[in-house]
Amino acid sequence: MASEAHGAETGGLVFHPMDQFIVKPLFGGDTIEWYTITNVTLWMAIAVLAVIAMMVLGTSRRAMIPSRSQSVGELAYGFVYKMVEDVAGKDALKFFPYIMTLFMFIVFANFLGLIPMSFTTTSHFAVTVVLALLVFLTVTIVGFVKNGVGFLGLFWVSSAPLALRPILAVIELISYFVRPVSHSIRLAGNVMAGHAVIKVFAGFAAIAVVSPVSVVAITAMYGLEVLVAFIQAYVFTILTCVYLKDALHPSH
Amino acid sequence: MATETHEAAEHAAEAAQAAHEAAASAPGMPQLDFTNWGNQIFWLLVTLVVIYFVLSRIALPRIAAVLAERQGTITNDIAKAEELKAKAVEAEEAYNKALAEARAEAQRIAAETKAAMQAELDAATAKADADIAVKLTESEKAIGEIRASALDSIKDVANDTAAEIIAALGSEADAKTVDAAVAARIKG
Repeated sequence: MASEAHGAETGGLVFHPMDQFIVKPLFGGDTIEWYTITNVTLWMAIAVLAVIAMMVLGTSRRAMIPSRSQSVGELAYGFVYKMVEDVAGKDALKFFPYIMTLFMFIVFANFLGLIPMSFTTTSHFAVTVVLALLVFLTVTIVGFVKNGVGFLGLFWVSSAPLALRPILAVIELISYFVRPVSHSIRLAGNVMAGHAVIKVFAGFAAIAVVSPVSVVAITAMYGLEVLVAFIQAYVFTILTCVYLKDALHPSH
Repeated sequence: MATETHEAAEHAAEAAQAAHEAAASAPGMPQLDFTNWGNQIFWLLVTLVVIYFVLSRIALPRIAAVLAERQGTITNDIAKAEELKAKAVEAEEAYNKALAEARAEAQRIAAETKAAMQAELDAATAKADADIAVKLTESEKAIGEIRASALDSIKDVANDTAAEIIAALGSEADAKTVDAAVAARIKG
């Protein structure tokens, strides 16, 4: 009824690109308490089930010659394992399950979000900010535990001229604290923007003359979004590895 | 919800929605509706913990074990294949060696046989030559004898013939004169 009223105001065209991101309680009720089962809960649960299906059920046969599903699980394992090893170094491998968790959650949340009528959990800053803050806190704590005060050497560029070092230290410090901001907004922003654009194109489909163009545009955007869904998960993960490398080896 | 009204005001297009208090109150961006952050964060943490435990306790050790096992099998198979290859090379060398030895042996035997046959042949040839030489001398001797006896016979025949001719001519001639004359004629 809200959309009808809205549609009437804008003369036929109905644009609700942001409605898909509304958090709703699944079982009625107006208020959302922290424990309320919402569409967020549902789609996160589906993501968990998808992860279990791929990584646990798919590999349950432990075959020497892998089946297709087991190959996919092994591929995901190898992809993230190699990324952690190559980017963050061998001593970062004990964080591999943690990074794998982040990657699997983001990649499945992104792809599940591409299912029509679904809810994209990674399009919410509440989610990505927590993910980014978890990484930020982990990296900072690991950095200080591993290197003690030496971790502050990350901000003291010893290869720069002495006069420049305090200025660089300020810049480095700011960039360090901006990391969780860019880390989280990059992911949520990309996912949200793509979904909103698809919805806008879908709104144009209401006009018969424009609708073929609209459908083509939606198809193209959808293809792009499939790419973005994976790339953003990859970017988030590889940046986590880069930050972890800084924590383990703070020298420039 | 009331605190979000300024957000809604910025997004004029969605302002109408904010007016509908009955629906889930959505400001311009539902992402900036901080009332549901607690809910999302709670469920996110639950999700992450579940995924983390599933991965770290079940999935990742299992995949690591499968990959390690496969790597081990591949390494073993490669080692086995290399061993078999080395064995094959060894067998081939042994075969070639045996072949070369057999060939050398055959050549040696052939050469020996050839030498023995040559020696026998030489001996036989020498013996034959000697026999031939003996036979030749004997023959020459026999021929000489025959020739001498033939000469004598010729002389006798000539003498007889001469004596007969002389007798036929009606004159007498003593044997000595006829002999001398015939001998002179035969020589001359």
